[in-house]
Amino acid sequence: MKELSFDVVVLGAGGAGVGAALAARAEGATVAIVERLDRSGGILNQCIHDGFGLHRYKEALTGPEFAARLNTEAKLGSDPGLTLLTGRFVRDIDPEARRLILVSESGLEAVTCKALVYAAGARERPFGSLLIPGDRVSGIFTAGVAQRLVNLDNRLPGTRALILGSGDIGLIMARRLTLEGIEVRAVLERLPYPGGLERNLAQCLHDFDIPLLLSTTVAEVRGKGRLEEVVTVQVDENHNPIKGTERSFAVDTLVLSVGLVPSTTPVMDLVTVDPRSRGVVVDAIMGTNRDWVFAAGNCTVIYDLVDYVTDEGIVAGRSAARFARGEPRPERLPIVRGRDVGVMNPSLWCPGQDLTLFLRPARPFAKARWVVRQGEGSSAAIIRETKAEILTPGEMERLKIPAAKLDPSKPLTVEVVPDA
Amino acid sequence: MVQRLEESRIEKPGLGNPMTVVVIGAGLVGTLVAREFCRRDCKVILVERGPDVGLGVSKANSGIVHAGYDDEPGTLRARFCVPGNAQWSVLADELDIDVQRIGSHVVAFRREDLNVLDELLARGVANGVPGLRILDQAELLQREPHLNPSALASLWAPSAAVTEPWQLVIAATENALENGLELRVGEEVTGFETDNGALKAVLTTKGRIPCDAAVNAAGLFADRVANLAGDESVPLRPRRGEYILLNKFTAHDLVNSVLFPVPGALGKGMLVTPTVDKGILLGPTAEDLPRSLKDDRATTGAGLDKIVASARHMIPSLDLREAVKVFAGNRPESPGKDFWITPSPRWQGLVHVGALRSPGLTAAPALAPWIVELVEKSLDTKLALRTDFQPRRKRIPSYLKELSLEELEKAVAEDPAAGRVVCVCNKVTEKEVVEAIRRGARSLDGVKFRTRALFGECQGGFCSHRILHIVAKELGVGEDELDYGLDGSWVVKGKVRP
Repeated sequence: MKELSFDVVVLGAGGAGVGAALAARAEGATVAIVERLDRSGGILNQCIHDGFGLHRYKEALTGPEFAARLNTEAKLGSDPGLTLLTGRFVRDIDPEARRLILVSESGLEAVTCKALVYAAGARERPFGSLLIPGDRVSGIFTAGVAQRLVNLDNRLPGTRALILGSGDIGLIMARRLTLEGIEVRAVLERLPYPGGLERNLAQCLHDFDIPLLLSTTVAEVRGKGRLEEVVTVQVDENHNPIKGTERSFAVDTLVLSVGLVPSTTPVMDLVTVDPRSRGVVVDAIMGTNRDWVFAAGNCTVIYDLVDYVTDEGIVAGRSAARFARGEPRPERLPIVRGRDVGVMNPSLWCPGQDLTLFLRPARPFAKARWVVRQGEGSSAAIIRETKAEILTPGEMERLKIPAAKLDPSKPLTVEVVPDA
Repeated sequence: MVQRLEESRIEKPGLGNPMTVVVIGAGLVGTLVAREFCRRDCKVILVERGPDVGLGVSKANSGIVHAGYDDEPGTLRARFCVPGNAQWSVLADELDIDVQRIGSHVVAFRREDLNVLDELLARGVANGVPGLRILDQAELLQREPHLNPSALASLWAPSAAVTEPWQLVIAATENALENGLELRVGEEVTGFETDNGALKAVLTTKGRIPCDAAVNAAGLFADRVANLAGDESVPLRPRRGEYILLNKFTAHDLVNSVLFPVPGALGKGMLVTPTVDKGILLGPTAEDLPRSLKDDRATTGAGLDKIVASARHMIPSLDLREAVKVFAGNRPESPGKDFWITPSPRWQGLVHVGALRSPGLTAAPALAPWIVELVEKSLDTKLALRTDFQPRRKRIPSYLKELSLEELEKAVAEDPAAGRVVCVCNKVTEKEVVEAIRRGARSLDGVKFRTRALFGECQGGFCSHRILHIVAKELGVGEDELDYGLDGSWVVKGKVRP
């Protein structure tokens, strides 16, 4: 078995992993990226629509373009200190020896490292988790699988489709399938508001006259072998079906955009994973509870922009390289979740370190602000707040708080404050 | 329909001219009976209507090898459940399938349930069930710490086991094929041809199969097949059972054994059980359907709600967001509530096997040799045992989970496909997928039930397109021609670009 050794090993060559590698290299570490698939880029490779890189590169790039730009930035392929190991699957991680066993078609490799960055991305929530009744049929695809079939495998998943879920992937697939001649009858959203970005609602649905049916979900699926019929139903504010609102759609394809789940099962025994979100629990420098392991990207929380994913990867890679050369890990303190915080990452802050918070509200607000306070009760002082505006769970907020503004002795709280 | 000729005695098959047996239905009973005939000196043909083995009653059930305390003494159920339970260990060894003796509890929540536990204990003792014991609350909660603490006591049956029924169907078929079985899938029986009171041939959608004997193991359709032979049958009614399967990675430490409520009028009640794969299975509901809906395997909103309520009562901390799959199966119920196993009163060599409701799965391994005896008696003959029968079969190995590093390294050197991981969740390699196709998989489900690919928490999100590609390539067909599972369940249609 071939033995390899690096200062930092990164698992996953998507936007987070390559970002981590690039930052670890900038700190002088030797780095290897381990990738399961045959090339770098991760899910970006199948995202041929544009809109990537608006923050990082100030341009609307496609997914593959963003990945290529990032590879160039990281000198992937030309920097001898950065090794890309593709087609590798991690069979084991030995936490004591900090040694990984990789399997590939060319055999086994043992890779030893000083620090590890886990950047495995996310998986899609499967149809079975929705507990939707009906016949056992083919023709129900998660959006990523449909996207993969159409964009990379040159296959059409069906002829007439409904889309369940108005998250960004669902909206993008509504447009993509329409462009390829599939009749998209409607996009259904269980909540009374859409889940995806405003720009995607305009460019993917409105521009193609695809109806968005809010407060509507799938009641049952019917068919003999292949899907033939989807029955939809409207739901009340408690998500209970409203009798009499059922509609039947003759479709052979149902595409699901019902959420992503961080891919953390391979490291469940290695690091702390949030039992609710399934994300790896990280602190302000993207460190996990195990000192030599860091994590970044959608395996920690589901981001809405790859630019953010790469930025967090950069933080993780830098931290991993610094740990690998002997710098101690900073103290970790919990961030208190105040009112109406839906998603918050990281969940721990580190005194003396910059903090970048990624936030989604628990529900939509016509006008509200994000407020970060330190201290308790009436002595609490606001250290950062946003302008009051529309807040929806579909849009992620990024709040940067420099280390100098953080008082190491006081508790930190984040909350949503509605505008009166 | 029956093509009837003159009625008189059949001639016994002569020496050196082995008789031919047709087994109808490649479910659990059919495949085990076929394997049992393969031990003997005869030609065996297994005919299955579906596109693969084990897709009917055998596929979707609780997968419990019952201890045997439920069945009233005097029934075939009681007679064959306990010996069948023991036989599962023999089959696990011979056929390399998963059978885990994790034991079962019947959990009493009300004072009146305690009387039921006593009744079941007495019946179990009468049926010869080993190791039965009533556990008090303290011992029960110690063994099952996540159980609803209002549980009062349980009947503990250490011999109960969990398995996956399709594993045995696939394994028994593969082993029988090794021993000379002829398997014909996608072929439906349409009638019988008889002569002088004896069976001459089984007629199918693909032709005529001359034979000396036949076993009707057509599951929910055993009544129809018996009618085709002109025999009366018990009417078989589908009793729908719906299930919810929870993600094995997050839920598995909640339950240690099979947890039943006290049984009710429609059966053993809704259980919570670990699966052999460390997931958790919830269900089944029990709903009698019209006889016209035997092929209906739909789940229902009401059924799923019932499962959730019942499971939460048993294990209050269950997180239903961890569900990965819902499914339903139909059990073949008969008015007599017992197995219906009988030689044809009209045709020598024909035996009907139906109404294999619970504990049919448990009893099947003990029923198979008895069914062979019934055929022999019906023909007034005794088949010679073959000396060259090979009882052992090996499963497709899991290259990542079962092989040592040295073995894996060697395997990859011999075949790079052993190093290409296709299914991320269950760590299934391309080599396993290819092997499954060589062993008979013709669809995504065929690969799934033979390798565990597509069975994990992503439910094919990462691997279905790759498996589709591998199956198409191996079979030399287009991806458009492949089904997910049942006939008509196409996956992709046409290309984006030519």
